[in-house]
Amino acid sequence: MKYKIGLFFFFIAVAVSAKQIVVCESCSVKTIKEAIKMAQDGDEILIKKGVYKEQDIVIDKPISLIGEKGAVIDGNNVGGILIFQTNNFKIKGLKIVNVGLSYTIEYAAIKVIKANDFIIEDCILENVFFGILIEKSKRGIIRNNKISSNRKNEAGSGNGIHIWSGEKIEVYKNEMFGLRDGIYFEFVKNSTAHNNSSHNNIRYGLHFMFSNNNVYHHNDFRNNGAGVAVMFSKFIVMHHNKFRLNWGSASYGLLLKEIYDAEIYDNLFEQNTIGINAEGSTRINYKNNTFLRNGWAVKISGACYTNTFTKNDFMNNSLDLAYNSNINDNKFDNNYWSEYTGYDLDKNGIGDVPYRPVKLFSYIVNKTPEALILLRSLFVDIINFSEKVSPVFTPNDLLDNKPLMKRIND
Amino acid sequence: MLKILKYSFYDLMRSRWSYVYFMFYLLLGFVLLFLNNDVDKAVITLMNIIIVLTPLIGTIFGVMYYYNSKEFTELLLAQPINRNKIFMGQYLGISISLTLSLVLGLGIPFVLYGIFKSAAIFNFSLLLVVGAFLNFIFVALSYNIALSTENKIKGFGYAILMWLFLAVIYDGIFLISLVVFNSYPLDKFSLIATMFNPIDLSRILILLKLDISALLGYTGAVFRKFFGTNFGMLISMGVLVLWVVLPVLRMNLKLRKKDF
Repeated sequence: MKYKIGLFFFFIAVAVSAKQIVVCESCSVKTIKEAIKMAQDGDEILIKKGVYKEQDIVIDKPISLIGEKGAVIDGNNVGGILIFQTNNFKIKGLKIVNVGLSYTIEYAAIKVIKANDFIIEDCILENVFFGILIEKSKRGIIRNNKISSNRKNEAGSGNGIHIWSGEKIEVYKNEMFGLRDGIYFEFVKNSTAHNNSSHNNIRYGLHFMFSNNNVYHHNDFRNNGAGVAVMFSKFIVMHHNKFRLNWGSASYGLLLKEIYDAEIYDNLFEQNTIGINAEGSTRINYKNNTFLRNGWAVKISGACYTNTFTKNDFMNNSLDLAYNSNINDNKFDNNYWSEYTGYDLDKNGIGDVPYRPVKLFSYIVNKTPEALILLRSLFVDIINFSEKVSPVFTPNDLLDNKPLMKRIND
Repeated sequence: MLKILKYSFYDLMRSRWSYVYFMFYLLLGFVLLFLNNDVDKAVITLMNIIIVLTPLIGTIFGVMYYYNSKEFTELLLAQPINRNKIFMGQYLGISISLTLSLVLGLGIPFVLYGIFKSAAIFNFSLLLVVGAFLNFIFVALSYNIALSTENKIKGFGYAILMWLFLAVIYDGIFLISLVVFNSYPLDKFSLIATMFNPIDLSRILILLKLDISALLGYTGAVFRKFFGTNFGMLISMGVLVLWVVLPVLRMNLKLRKKDF
């Protein structure tokens, strides 16, 4: 307790002794670099309205960088702009534009290297290569930022918020668009991403690689080149996200590759070419998700074991489920399927006849993709029906024994 | 020709079957919209029905009308009127009356449910255009069959067989060949194969505007390049026109030599 009180007074002392350095065109301090040179630990630098053409500003002291409305740092498309190499810093309200492009160096509007306890908030980053690039850092908060770019191809563009090796970082209420990946987590642990909106990016809205124990929820991912990819990670929780309109030749609402022990619930997958594409993903619980008007609602590509699908809504998808083998170790129970044609005589809300989500046609399409051209043909309806009556090609035990009669989330 | 067209048209308009057909579509439209109230989704369901039913009805009506009005036709042939004009008049009379049943039957409920305010207006009109094409194509095909077969029962049999072949068997052969020749590049083959079946062609035309476009992209660039563009749309429409023109030409050729 004594220690805590001591700490409290220490902070107050720091706060009192901290001074403010004002940067503006008519002030004595005219550039941000100058201000940083003058600043001492705990100081606040207030950047007044104006355009500051500066690059490679290295901040190596724990200070706060506050931008007034209209304060813009212009990188002139040359290189990186702000580089933080310190703990306990804060940046707020700045607008940073025009980060240079490089195929070898990761130039970023805000680069954070080996920093703990930081806050990045209310910043607007425009025409960036990388937006916020965080390396080997812990306990950060990134919120209310708006990051955008207008690059055209994957190689010549960077990510919005890229975290490489981090822990306990919270990313929320940010908006990312026109970038390569909206958010990229690489070797990140115990972090959360929520209430973000990531749209119209060239590749993924959100990209996870080797990042365990993370949570992301209430995010909105739409119109991204390839949707959202979660790969090589364990213990990830995804809920209340919206995956929409990822419509294209290699687009997924959610791409899962080598994922173990994840929880996926209360998400909405609407109008994606493939709602969820799962490869080598094991022990995943899919619960209460809504799949609305996707090409394929769920595509399971092999080495996916002991996954359970319960209480999901499968509404008006061209194909509900695609499976490329006839061995099944996944469970489907209590889902609502809009294509279900069975009856419910005892009126308990559960269909009396099991539903087979894999149709013969989706099996054929998996083997011969060109066959897709026969979608909704009368012949295809006939063979689907005969396969339904006596399954030969599709996994015999792949069925929903208790299909629901009514939609869950109407 | 116009007089004969007018006569056939009025004759059919007065007949019970035109009304039944019209009422069927009217009811279908209302029920569909009543059940899900979403114009977009109703268009998909409607497509399934139009693709199968319109050719069937067109075929049966065509054959039936030819055999039923055979005596009257023979009477007309005795008059100094050009043969082609008599038959073209009849052909157009049937096709137009069937198309009218389709367009009005489906149009009325959809207009009442606000198609003009919906974004599906383009899809819906494409559906009607394709339906009209299918009517013209299948009436022409069935007239060809009827002209070539004197025996009524045989004629009916052939006509139904033709419908069955184009609606079901063709797709079966198509699918089997796709599966068998799996290891070859099949994009161009399937593209051409769809052109040879008006039902497939119209199905794909509509699906491209609905749900297949992105799914096809997954398969191969050829499909998307072809069907995804206005050029592809134009070509497909052109092929549909060809599907009307060729049977009509053959009909006229057959007429010239036929003994009545």
